[in-house]
Amino acid sequence: MSESSQDARCEIAFTVNGQLATVRAYAMERLLDVLRHELGLTGTKEGCGEGECGSCSVLMDGSLVNSCLIPVLQASGANIVTIEGLASDGHLAVLQQTFLEYGGAQCGICTPGMILAAVHLLTKKPCPTLEEIREGLSGNLCRCTGYMQIIEAVAEAGRHGAAT
Amino acid sequence: MKNAPIVGTSVPRIEGRDKVTGLARYVDDMVLPGMLYGATVRSRIPRGKIKEFTFGPDIDWKAFVIVSPRDIPGKNCIALIEDDQPCLADGLVNHPEEPLLLLAHPDRHLLPKAVEAVSVEYDPMPAIFSMEESEKLSQVVWGADNTFKTYLIEKGEVDPVWENADYVVEGEYTTGAQEQLYIENNGMIASFDPQQGLTVWGSLQCPYYVHKALMKLCNLPENRVRVVQMETGGAFGGKEEYPSMIAGHAALLAMKSGRPVKIVYDRMEDMAATTKRHPSRTRHRTAIRRDGKILGGEIEFTIDGGAYETLSPVVLSRGAIHAGGPYYWPSVRIRAKAVATNTPPHGAFRGFGAPQSLFALERHMDHIAEVLGLSSVEIRRRNFLTPGQTTTTGQTVQEEIDLGKLLDRALEVSHYHTKKEKFAENQQERSKKGMGVAAFLHGAGFTGSGERYLGSLVGLEVCSDGSVRVLVSSTEFGQGTKTVLCQIAAEALGLRYEDVGIAQPDTREVPNSGPTVASRTVMVVGKLVQSAAVGIRQTLTASGKLGESYSSDEFRVACRAYVAEHGKFRSLARYEQPDDIVWDEEKYRGSAYAAFAWAVYVAEVTVDLVTYSVSVDDFVAIQEVGKVLHPVLAKGQIIGGVAQGVGFALYEKVIWENGRMQNGQMTNYIMPTSADLPDIRVFFEELNNVHGAFGAKGIGELPMDGPAPAIVNAIEDALHIAFDSIPLLPEDIFDALAKRAVPEIAPSSAQGQQ
Repeated sequence: MSESSQDARCEIAFTVNGQLATVRAYAMERLLDVLRHELGLTGTKEGCGEGECGSCSVLMDGSLVNSCLIPVLQASGANIVTIEGLASDGHLAVLQQTFLEYGGAQCGICTPGMILAAVHLLTKKPCPTLEEIREGLSGNLCRCTGYMQIIEAVAEAGRHGAAT
Repeated sequence: MKNAPIVGTSVPRIEGRDKVTGLARYVDDMVLPGMLYGATVRSRIPRGKIKEFTFGPDIDWKAFVIVSPRDIPGKNCIALIEDDQPCLADGLVNHPEEPLLLLAHPDRHLLPKAVEAVSVEYDPMPAIFSMEESEKLSQVVWGADNTFKTYLIEKGEVDPVWENADYVVEGEYTTGAQEQLYIENNGMIASFDPQQGLTVWGSLQCPYYVHKALMKLCNLPENRVRVVQMETGGAFGGKEEYPSMIAGHAALLAMKSGRPVKIVYDRMEDMAATTKRHPSRTRHRTAIRRDGKILGGEIEFTIDGGAYETLSPVVLSRGAIHAGGPYYWPSVRIRAKAVATNTPPHGAFRGFGAPQSLFALERHMDHIAEVLGLSSVEIRRRNFLTPGQTTTTGQTVQEEIDLGKLLDRALEVSHYHTKKEKFAENQQERSKKGMGVAAFLHGAGFTGSGERYLGSLVGLEVCSDGSVRVLVSSTEFGQGTKTVLCQIAAEALGLRYEDVGIAQPDTREVPNSGPTVASRTVMVVGKLVQSAAVGIRQTLTASGKLGESYSSDEFRVACRAYVAEHGKFRSLARYEQPDDIVWDEEKYRGSAYAAFAWAVYVAEVTVDLVTYSVSVDDFVAIQEVGKVLHPVLAKGQIIGGVAQGVGFALYEKVIWENGRMQNGQMTNYIMPTSADLPDIRVFFEELNNVHGAFGAKGIGELPMDGPAPAIVNAIEDALHIAFDSIPLLPEDIFDALAKRAVPEIAPSSAQGQQ
């Protein structure tokens, strides 16, 4: 670590969407801010800033976390996936496709977190029942959809047997 | 050659791909070079005189830009209906969280500390926090009598009906404030250039409302103010008027500092400081004949507008006009009043007064049924409006609506009768189940002459590459505005959906097609898009470049050829009020709306007698909304509205203390999660509507009106206790059950009169 005595920031390295990223940041900065401001990954959204709404959800070493509650130091060495990491070569992931088709995204602000929560759910449980989907997504708030079209989109992706 | 129909199919959402990949750009995703961050110093007291500001010692204030009312170049107000709301309180504070000073600094981390370090000395004045205190005039806090607006709607002769009534049924019903709770907090960026003028980018519903407010506040001419809507993460009415305030704040900081300034609220500031649904109180006194027919009634509808007028008169108007619901009133007198209190101003929220007055009416109908010994179903069926009859404002129902048919279908798909019977016989110790029904209507578009005053203008533009773009100020914030307007344009031009694009709302580029409110976009703006399309076809055909029938490619070739000769061209269409819409603003009589959407909803609930929580187990939503232009989006509107209605009824309670919201967090202001909601089953009846694009009516607000009364009616069916206030929380149910355990029967307010 190369830090001057005046600068309390430190160098932290982790993998984001398959790429190694090294940032200079305060240890207690929120992972959310580092992703958005330092790395330009603005697909991760802030809704409440206290881990209640799930808009800032990302995958960290396979776990679904609220990035507003993760001090960036805790992400050191971790493998992080954000919404920007799902589509490859311009091809949407299955869940992104089913969200589009079934009306799972309205205003779009909860969508990145919701899709990552769905990825997480389908990874753990490839063919969830509707009740399991309701339970699995209940940490992510959506004010537009009343959730049903999101649930249909996740169920359809599950039928395709594809977590991403 | 005619392409396959586009209207009526679920084409892909135009900006959907950006939303599912995280590329969609919201205001907080935008950073301008040299940008400062802004914050707002707000009042901590509800009412009083500002004596002095003290800037605390531990802050390097020289590094901050500080704006006070003295820095306002124009008039210190947020121009809307009246100019009574200041942009920054000047000397006098009228509600908690009222903006006093603005700060900006390059490091956003320093702002919260700086805001804390400004202390304000006040001369506190007595404040009022309820409609009752306001009406008693215990303090006059606004105008001469705390009254923003009153309306009187009269139909027939009410006074003689009481004598002939077999029953007179009275009731009082109240609803609480409700937070819109869009997941994207409010935010704005402003940039000022002495030559170019002022530009703001933000999360907003109504670009030209912001434009109007900024011209007055900043003393700038029309062409030197530019408002651009960014992708907007939910609004529901909550971004109708308050964005003008935030845009004003960012603009003042940008003008003083000479640098771009971003203000993005955090959740707590957004919840505590911005608008909510108006709390309401409705009193009914209804004369009924033995057979269940309504003879007449008196309705008193009162809403709490908060400290400034803002949109309260308009919310009041819609609430009052909807207060009679989808029923025939031979005579009625509706008195409506919006009063002032020392809370932050209440404002627009999906439904706009109608969910409040319809909650009251639909609870009252069950109350009447109970008194008469009729069923909830029969009392409604016997009073439904039928074509040719008139509404409370005297508007003749032109549409061939058959509410009885909607009701029958709702009862059938919800298995209402079978379930109700089963629940009555088979109640469990631990839980009780019930069924509830609500019937209602929602007027689409601005009320009365509103659309004529707006005179919305819409454009379609043929670009040099031969493509067509829709130019409107109507904004997308989840409903599907862009998608549906492109569908309409494509269908009207005989093109494919993907041949049509739409401009981002930017007041420099798009004409004023009115605000994106009042369930007006598809019906009113959509119809204008349809008309503008006719203009394009006519121009191309008249020029000889386009035949009577054509393919998309031939159309594009014709457009290109036309533009090469004449330059790019626009077809504009301006709203003209149809002749059959006549409204008397003075007497509040006539055609209140060009069209109504109609609905019957059925809720099935379980009340847990251990936890006193209510779960909605099944929800059936049947509505007639004209032609459905996009089934997936339309269904999404209904389900989303029902979900907010469930929250309105059962979860969402604003805790007030001295006029300030105390639970301004998602942790303690609770909205439904995916685990809290049932399957919401949506069915459409489709009648044509001559006033809407391809037969469409407004749809967005309707589903907010019915769920709360249907749910509370179902709770009454389960517990045989009438609840007339929402939100209805487990503690309220506990209290009522505890009260009932004491053997005392509440006196009925009903009285037989014979």
